[in-house]
Amino acid sequence: MSTQHEHTDDGEPETPGDRRRAEKAARAAEREQEAADAEPDLGDDAVTLKVFRYDPEVEAKAEPRFDTFRIPFEKGMTVLDALIAARDTYDSSLTFRHSCRQAVCGSDALFINGRQRLGCQTQIADLEGDVVRVEPLPHQDVVKDLVVDMEHFYDQMEAVEPYFQTDETPDDDLEEQFQTPENREKIKMSTRCIWCGACMSSCNIAAGDNAYLGPAAINKAYRFAMDEREGENMKEHRMELIEQENGVWRCQTQFSCTNVCPKDIPLTEHIQELKREAVKSNLKFW
Amino acid sequence: MREYDVIVVGAGGAGLRAAIAAQEAGADVAMVTKLHPVRSHTGAAEGGINAALREGDDWHDHAYDTMKGSDYLGDAPAVEALTRESPKETIQLENWGMAFSRDEDGVVSQRPFGGLSFPRTTYAGAETGHHMLHTMYEQVVKRGIEVYDEWYVTRLAVTDEDEPEERDCHGVVAYDIKRGEIEGFRARDGVILATGGLGQVYDHTTNAIANTGDGVAMAYRAGVPIEDMEMIQFHPTTLPTTGVLISEGVRGEGGILYNSEGERLMFEHGYANNDGELASRDVVARAELNEVAEGRGIEDEYVHLDMRHLGEERILDRLENILHLAEDFEGVDGLEEPMPVKPGQHYAMGGVETNEWGSTCVNGLYAVGECACASVHGANRLGGNALPELAVFGARAGRHAAGDVDDEPEITTGWDEDSEEGENVSPVPLGEADLPSAAKGALADGGRSSPPSAGADGGAAAEASAPEGVVEEAVQAERTRVHYLLEKEEGVNHAEVRADVQETMTENVNVFREEGALEDALADIREARQEYQHVTVEDPSRTYNTDLIHTIETRNALDVAEAITVGALARDEFRGAHWRKEHQERKDDEWLKHTMLSWNDGSPGLWYKPVVLEGENKSYEPKERSY
Repeated sequence: MSTQHEHTDDGEPETPGDRRRAEKAARAAEREQEAADAEPDLGDDAVTLKVFRYDPEVEAKAEPRFDTFRIPFEKGMTVLDALIAARDTYDSSLTFRHSCRQAVCGSDALFINGRQRLGCQTQIADLEGDVVRVEPLPHQDVVKDLVVDMEHFYDQMEAVEPYFQTDETPDDDLEEQFQTPENREKIKMSTRCIWCGACMSSCNIAAGDNAYLGPAAINKAYRFAMDEREGENMKEHRMELIEQENGVWRCQTQFSCTNVCPKDIPLTEHIQELKREAVKSNLKFW
Repeated sequence: MREYDVIVVGAGGAGLRAAIAAQEAGADVAMVTKLHPVRSHTGAAEGGINAALREGDDWHDHAYDTMKGSDYLGDAPAVEALTRESPKETIQLENWGMAFSRDEDGVVSQRPFGGLSFPRTTYAGAETGHHMLHTMYEQVVKRGIEVYDEWYVTRLAVTDEDEPEERDCHGVVAYDIKRGEIEGFRARDGVILATGGLGQVYDHTTNAIANTGDGVAMAYRAGVPIEDMEMIQFHPTTLPTTGVLISEGVRGEGGILYNSEGERLMFEHGYANNDGELASRDVVARAELNEVAEGRGIEDEYVHLDMRHLGEERILDRLENILHLAEDFEGVDGLEEPMPVKPGQHYAMGGVETNEWGSTCVNGLYAVGECACASVHGANRLGGNALPELAVFGARAGRHAAGDVDDEPEITTGWDEDSEEGENVSPVPLGEADLPSAAKGALADGGRSSPPSAGADGGAAAEASAPEGVVEEAVQAERTRVHYLLEKEEGVNHAEVRADVQETMTENVNVFREEGALEDALADIREARQEYQHVTVEDPSRTYNTDLIHTIETRNALDVAEAITVGALARDEFRGAHWRKEHQERKDDEWLKHTMLSWNDGSPGLWYKPVVLEGENKSYEPKERSY
């Protein structure tokens, strides 16, 4: 959990502003409780959301808890729609990331009914049970409510030299490089990654070992290693990167990342293929 | 206070390209963005990048198509810059590894798109924007450009001379969303706004929830004129339930639009006898709504877009993403049944007035991408012209801000001898009516009204004219505003105000526009402004306070919605996307000019500027526009 930070805009430990803020927080907590307790009669067409709440800075939320919201159900409603309705109707402090609403920005990977999913891509009607339970992604530090700290995920993504590099430095005159449709098809699935972090959160190895690059970063490495435009020397360099001790050999082929990927990327297969390539190229140099 | 040569606000395609270009030109660059870069809405663009790459094609033809598509409200020097430089930028993306779709011989694939005389839309499946965004971000990572992600820029640090043309932009103020702190960013050479769209002023939009017109609103309030705001594109094929976009690529590949009678409406009812489904977007969107109005809509709401005849193989190869979107967001299998579609807000052609280098009339301030108006799209943007705009003008502004360009621009910015005063058209007062004066902070108060949470002493006042002083003063103003919002005890929630704006815009300032409805919208927006004076942030926390962020965004949405509506009321003609019930003709004698709106310290004023139809070697004479 992230720690409470100091306000830099005042030097005093206790100012009227702090007191007012505390009072306001207390009132907000009261309102939230009322909203959570009130169960308006919405008939059968209502969704019950149980949502994880935590805010290190607000006393009533400093201890993690679950709030319950009852939301009128509408056809086609997604978990993200329901969260927005809960926030805009009952509690504007309910906090989660969202942006595109169409499964391409990767902001709203959440732990929904015990599984990593995108809120916007999950139809309420497709979920089993009477209650939709929404939690932040496991194995990541919670910043507040459903928002997790993504820094570690980003660091791992950026550790694999996640950018196109060719053997030869191209000169200033830009010239189109050729790529066979087959090679483009080969990397196609790997390029679909939206950096949502669902895979990393589902991976037991990554959970126990912060140094492990994790499925998304290895998939990113795969995307470049398999791109014939980069050239053979670069491929060797890429293989070295992913063969290091925190790379592909940590994967225990449990398929949890593949199972939760919202873009259906065959992550485990990509990791396995890199392992095979690594074995092959090592044999070659013996 | 942090200090850089160039500060880029927003990290979608335009911002990323600008940052790369500025850094390559030797500048010390930082990007400040309210989302992590890969969350930007460029990632949702589907169709492609128009570029005259192939034998038989010519950038002059692309320029002609674009001028015609703009209904002669595009400025030729900007349009020519776009079309001339798009091929180079497209190949640059390819060289950075972007995974374009490929033809059998290994070259990047191109396909037909609406309003184009050559199949020049270069694509990567039906997810071109996703590939472009990630490829550019990869290059930013490679170059080690500093990115402040989840930092929300809330104000520009601009001096306060009487005339905007004399003002300087010295930096920005940003709110660190994770820590809840406000900091100043000083830009020695330039600030580049690349904040994207404003679709959240409507409730049925393809835009992301984050597209709230922040850059347009901030520049406007800092005195920069905003241009052609009434020109809003409604995309003809969005999913009825959510507004999720179904790419024009579907029609480009041969998809067909049917009404409830099973008629191929574009031909059967004469909307576009030559180009049919591939007429320009404004034409197709009106055709669909007309079908619904005449009782030939399905469920009185939408029409069908059918791609089944393309065959599974071709669909999977070129349009796979469309299958996922239709399935996930409308529950329809595009291989088995036609997809329901209707028009939805998609794009703002207007925005911050710039020249063909992205410069505004305020010294040191640039705008690029959707938030800008150079203008390359005029009254209607062609599909496939937004992505090259990001790359071309991002690169141009980045280089210019870094001091790498000394061309004399053809397009002027700000008031000049060709400008013309406009008459007030609004039935209600415009502007102002935001927060009570106690909350508005030093600059808007015309003085330094003892911000309660000031971190610095009054020493900054004496140096207010120095760049650092200007930034510091803007920081104080924002601290005052945020402090006020967090402390205010009871009031209305931003979500109510935002919903009121969205409702009236969707009802009254949509595809079909009538004078009375536009006046009603202005009255509603006025009311929403008054409501906003009582807005309060319930969440007391400094940690990741989205309640606060959305409250600030809503203020931006108010200013932008008002500007769109005023422009729509002023322009009493029918041009491109702007249809007026009482004025069914394009009036070239009177309206070959841009609508300009200036904030004027809270009393917005309309004025006009002639369109530039003179290109480098030719003039684009307005012709009748038919498809």
